[in-house]
Amino acid sequence: MGITSAIMIISGIGIIAAVMLVLAAKFMHVEEDERIGRVTECLPGANCGACGYAGCADYAKAIVEADTPLNLCVPGGAAAAEGAAKVMGKVAGATAAKVAVVACQGFECNTSKKFDYQGITTCSAAAKMFNGPTACAYGCMGFGDCVAACKFDAIQVVNGVALVNQEKCTGCGACAKACPKAIIHMIPDDVNPVVLCQNVDKGAQTRKVCSTGCIGCMKCTKFCPTNAIKVENNLAYIDQELCIGCMQCADECPVKAIHIPNIRKQY
Amino acid sequence: MAKLASIFFSMVLVNNYLLVKFMGICPFLGVSKKLDSSVGMSVAVTFVMLMATAITWPIYTFLLVPFGLEYLNTIAFILVIAALVQLVEIILKKYIPSLYTALGVYLPLITTNCAILGVTLLNIESGYNFIESLVASAGAGIGFLLAMVLFTGVRSTLEYAKPPKSFEGLPITLVAASLVAVSFMGFGGIIESLFGTF
Repeated sequence: MGITSAIMIISGIGIIAAVMLVLAAKFMHVEEDERIGRVTECLPGANCGACGYAGCADYAKAIVEADTPLNLCVPGGAAAAEGAAKVMGKVAGATAAKVAVVACQGFECNTSKKFDYQGITTCSAAAKMFNGPTACAYGCMGFGDCVAACKFDAIQVVNGVALVNQEKCTGCGACAKACPKAIIHMIPDDVNPVVLCQNVDKGAQTRKVCSTGCIGCMKCTKFCPTNAIKVENNLAYIDQELCIGCMQCADECPVKAIHIPNIRKQY
Repeated sequence: MAKLASIFFSMVLVNNYLLVKFMGICPFLGVSKKLDSSVGMSVAVTFVMLMATAITWPIYTFLLVPFGLEYLNTIAFILVIAALVQLVEIILKKYIPSLYTALGVYLPLITTNCAILGVTLLNIESGYNFIESLVASAGAGIGFLLAMVLFTGVRSTLEYAKPPKSFEGLPITLVAASLVAVSFMGFGGIIESLFGTF
C-alpha cells in the first residue's frame, strides 16, 4: 500500500505538471524568426558586446528585426558580416577594423621622471606608487603591461613608450584593458590623425613635464575645415567620423601632438 | 500579527538565505553585475518562492501527510518547482520579453535553485501554517533582493579596483561576498530584541 500510493502520487503530480506545461507551451507560444538562429550561428559567439548589443543573440535579433547594419561585429570581422548578409539576402557593408593606439609621446627625449622607481616592474604596480614615476601623471610608464597582454606580439616598448605595430594589431583591445592609465585607445584603422596625448592639466603645467603634450591652445580647432576637433579639459580630441584627413591640424600643432598613428612607425 | 512581522524580518535580516544560509549562491555571483538584472532576478525568485510555497504547502499538508508520505517531500517539491519555473518562463517570454532576455540563462537556473527548495522545505520543517509560510517566503524573497542589491553595489565598486592578477574575477568576488555575509552576522539577535521570543 505504502509504495503504491507513493508511486501514484508522485507520478500524478508529474503528469498534472506535464499537462499544464504542454497547454501553456501551446497557448502561449511565441513565434520566433528562424533567421535569428542562423544569423547567431554566423557570429563568433563571444558575447563581447563590441557591437553595442547585449550579446551575439541580441545583435542577431537586431539584424533580423530592426534592420541593423551587418558590419558591427569586431571579432567576427568580414566573415561574420558576409555570413549574416547571406542569411538576410543583403550586401554586407565594409567592416570597420580597429587598431590600438597609445595616446602618449612621452619618449625619454620629451619628458622626465619624478623619481627613480625600483619596485615591481609592471605598470599596474608602478601606477599605485604616487601615480607612477613619469613626470606626466597621464603618461606611458613603459613597463609593458600591454606588451604582456598582447597575444599577437603587436606592441613594444620603444624609448620608454609603448608603440603599436599596426600591421600585427587585430583590434582585440586586450592592451587597452591592461593599461592602468587608460591611454591606449581603439580607433578605426584608417589614415586619420589622432591626438597622441592624454594630459588634461592646464597648458603651462603640461608644458613643464612634456615637450610634446597637448597644451589645449585650440589652434587646431581654428584650422580644421570640418570642425572635427574639440578641446575639452585642456585636451584636443578629433572626432574620427568628421575628420577628412587633411592634416592641417598636425601641421599647425605647436607641440606636434597630432600624428597619424600608422606613420608613427618610423620613430 | 507580531509573529508574522517577526517571521518576515527574521527571514529578511537574520536568516537571509543568501548571506546567512548560503543558498542560491549561483545567481548571487552570476547576475549581480548589473542592478537591472539583479533586481529582475530577485523579483523572479521572490515570485517563484511565493508560488512554490503556495503550491507545495497544500501538497504537503493535504496530499503527503494523509498518506504518510512526508519523507517524499523533497522529490515532490523538486517536481513542482521545476514545472512551476518552466511555466513562469513561458509566461515571461510571452508577456514580458524584456525581463525574459534580461534574466537570460538564469531563469531556467531557478529550477535548480536551492534557495527555492530550501524555503519550501524549511517552512514545513519550522511548522508554519499556510499564512506564515507565505510570509516567510515573501521575507526570504525580499531578503534575497536586499542581498542582491547590496552586493551589486559592492561589485560595481569592485570593477574599478585593480586586485592582484591571481585574485581577478571570481576570487575577489567571493572575498567580497564573504565580507558582505559577515556584515549580516551583525543582525543576529535583533529580532528577539524587537519582537520578543516566540
